[in-house]
Amino acid sequence: MLEIKNLHASINGKEILKGVDLTINDGEIHALMGTNGAGKSTLCKVIVGDPAYEVTDGTIRFNGQDLLSMKTEERANAGIFMSFQHPIEIPGVSMANFLKAAVNAKRQAMGLEPMKASAFLSMMREKRKIVAMDSKLINRSVNEGFSGGERKRNEIFQMAMLEPSFCILDETDSGLDVDALRIVAEGFNKLRKPDTSAIVITHYQRLLDYITPNQVHVLLDGRIVKTGDASLARVIEEKGFDWIKDEI
Amino acid sequence: MSEQQYIDFYTQCRNLIMSKSCGVMNDVREKAFKRFKTVGFPSRKSERYKYTDVDKAFQTDFGILFTPLGITPSAYIFSLKDAPADVRPYYNRLADQHDGITLLNTMLAHECLLIYVPADTKVEKPLTVDNWIKGEVPSMMNRRILVVMEKGADATIIVNDHATDKQEFLTTQVIEVYCHDNAHLDLYEIEETTPLTKRFSNVYIHQQPYASVRHSVITLHNGLTRNLCDVILNGEFSETTLNGCAIGSGKQHIDNNTLIRHNAAHCTSNELYKYVVDDQAVGAFAGKILVEKGAQQTSSQETNNNLCASPSARMYSQPMLEIYADDVKCSHGSTTGVLDETALFYMRQRGIAEEEARMLLKNAFLGQVIDQIDYEPLRSKIFVKVEKRFLGEMEKCKTCNLCK
Repeated sequence: MLEIKNLHASINGKEILKGVDLTINDGEIHALMGTNGAGKSTLCKVIVGDPAYEVTDGTIRFNGQDLLSMKTEERANAGIFMSFQHPIEIPGVSMANFLKAAVNAKRQAMGLEPMKASAFLSMMREKRKIVAMDSKLINRSVNEGFSGGERKRNEIFQMAMLEPSFCILDETDSGLDVDALRIVAEGFNKLRKPDTSAIVITHYQRLLDYITPNQVHVLLDGRIVKTGDASLARVIEEKGFDWIKDEI
Repeated sequence: MSEQQYIDFYTQCRNLIMSKSCGVMNDVREKAFKRFKTVGFPSRKSERYKYTDVDKAFQTDFGILFTPLGITPSAYIFSLKDAPADVRPYYNRLADQHDGITLLNTMLAHECLLIYVPADTKVEKPLTVDNWIKGEVPSMMNRRILVVMEKGADATIIVNDHATDKQEFLTTQVIEVYCHDNAHLDLYEIEETTPLTKRFSNVYIHQQPYASVRHSVITLHNGLTRNLCDVILNGEFSETTLNGCAIGSGKQHIDNNTLIRHNAAHCTSNELYKYVVDDQAVGAFAGKILVEKGAQQTSSQETNNNLCASPSARMYSQPMLEIYADDVKCSHGSTTGVLDETALFYMRQRGIAEEEARMLLKNAFLGQVIDQIDYEPLRSKIFVKVEKRFLGEMEKCKTCNLCK
């Protein structure tokens, strides 16, 4: 599904990614761990096409397409979704209008007619239940006045609406209490189809208790320095990253 | 200087204008002419005309239109000619006798539309005034409206400004509003004209105790627009809301200038003006709140927020407070910025095309001021028009019935 080769990327002239290689097959979940500032979020933002980052070398192919030549919205409509680490407020843009624009953009990309208002509303109602989102929140502007936890829940709700084939969860567990974490993680599992792939960034094992990764990668100083199975995350939880730094 | 052609015109045509007009308007005409000869058009050196070049706007050799008023029979709308004797003296009492535009209007206007709402009368449906200007040659129109709200009267007035044809037009407009005790008025002005249209509008509002007025001026499409609004709060516990919503693109120019004078204690005024300027458009907002010595317990808030959607668009913002009382609550603020890039990225990550994301954000930005339109059918209509405007579907005002 996703194939990253020798990826170098920088922001404001500072190189953050220094040659990342990563292949994710259909249906696989890859956890990305690493110290703060190692480049985890940068890697995700480069995949989705944040214009703030400049790719200086390397390639990313998504289902055979050259991802780096595609616009941010084209990548999204091709099936890539990112749950943001810090979802922002958009005052004045209602959740309904925002999601309608997003859902219809995707439908248009797929050559489908825009969704009828009634069908759209019942879809919102149905998907909202998956993440137990309060209907009051749906009537507000995007993330306006949402708590940290509500924003994360809203990210997964949007994922439910857009049904992506490739998801990036950037520290979706941070700021969530244990109950909310369970709801969000179970929501993700419910939404996941057998061929849905994902990158999960986390600092903690607790999210991976719900979402079991096929592989765990450790990103340090802009490179993937170690790859293992799910047990690697538990070792890191216990021992931290220093032993890996010592290894390299 | 361009005033000379209007002086010449008046000198030659004063008898013609007077023959088309009525006594109460003719009575003040000569005086206005004399003053205009001395004062002339305001220059950019005068504080309130810093942002608009009046002289240049009036340079064209305009044919002056004397279009008669077309009034659908109504219990509240008249020509001043037909007004009862006791209403006529309101004419030209509020209008600033030092402002060149107002003087020119007083000198050239041949008709005056009167909206008169008797005491304790609530007008259920909004009263609508449609101005439209058409012509084969560059034309000028001088409009005059007088609104008298008696004690406890309540009405909504919508003034629509249209222009058709690819011709250069200029309109001057003077609206005088008297609101007696406890009266309430919602006054909306909506402009949908063409890039070749110039508009100079001066609105004067006078409020007595407990009177409340909301004035909203919405510039959807225009050429060069200069709106002035002066409010005098002359009675205790009166309230004023001034709202403005302006969209500029191309080389459009939108200048709003307001003055709220708190003469009495316990009055409230709120101002919110929002602009979105794109391309090489120029926006200007200058608003002054003046709190006179005796106006204790005044509460006033003035806000101007602007969005520059392109690096070549320009915005001038000048909120001002002048306070001579010592027990008041007044604040003013102004922001001018660009579209939030992080919000744009967030929306694009959800698949929304960049252009649409920009449109949604611009809409949302103006939504705060459109939300304040009390009359629901108008509010929905403006929301739709603003959206169309941002989608570029409103090159001229072909959305209205008059211009179809």
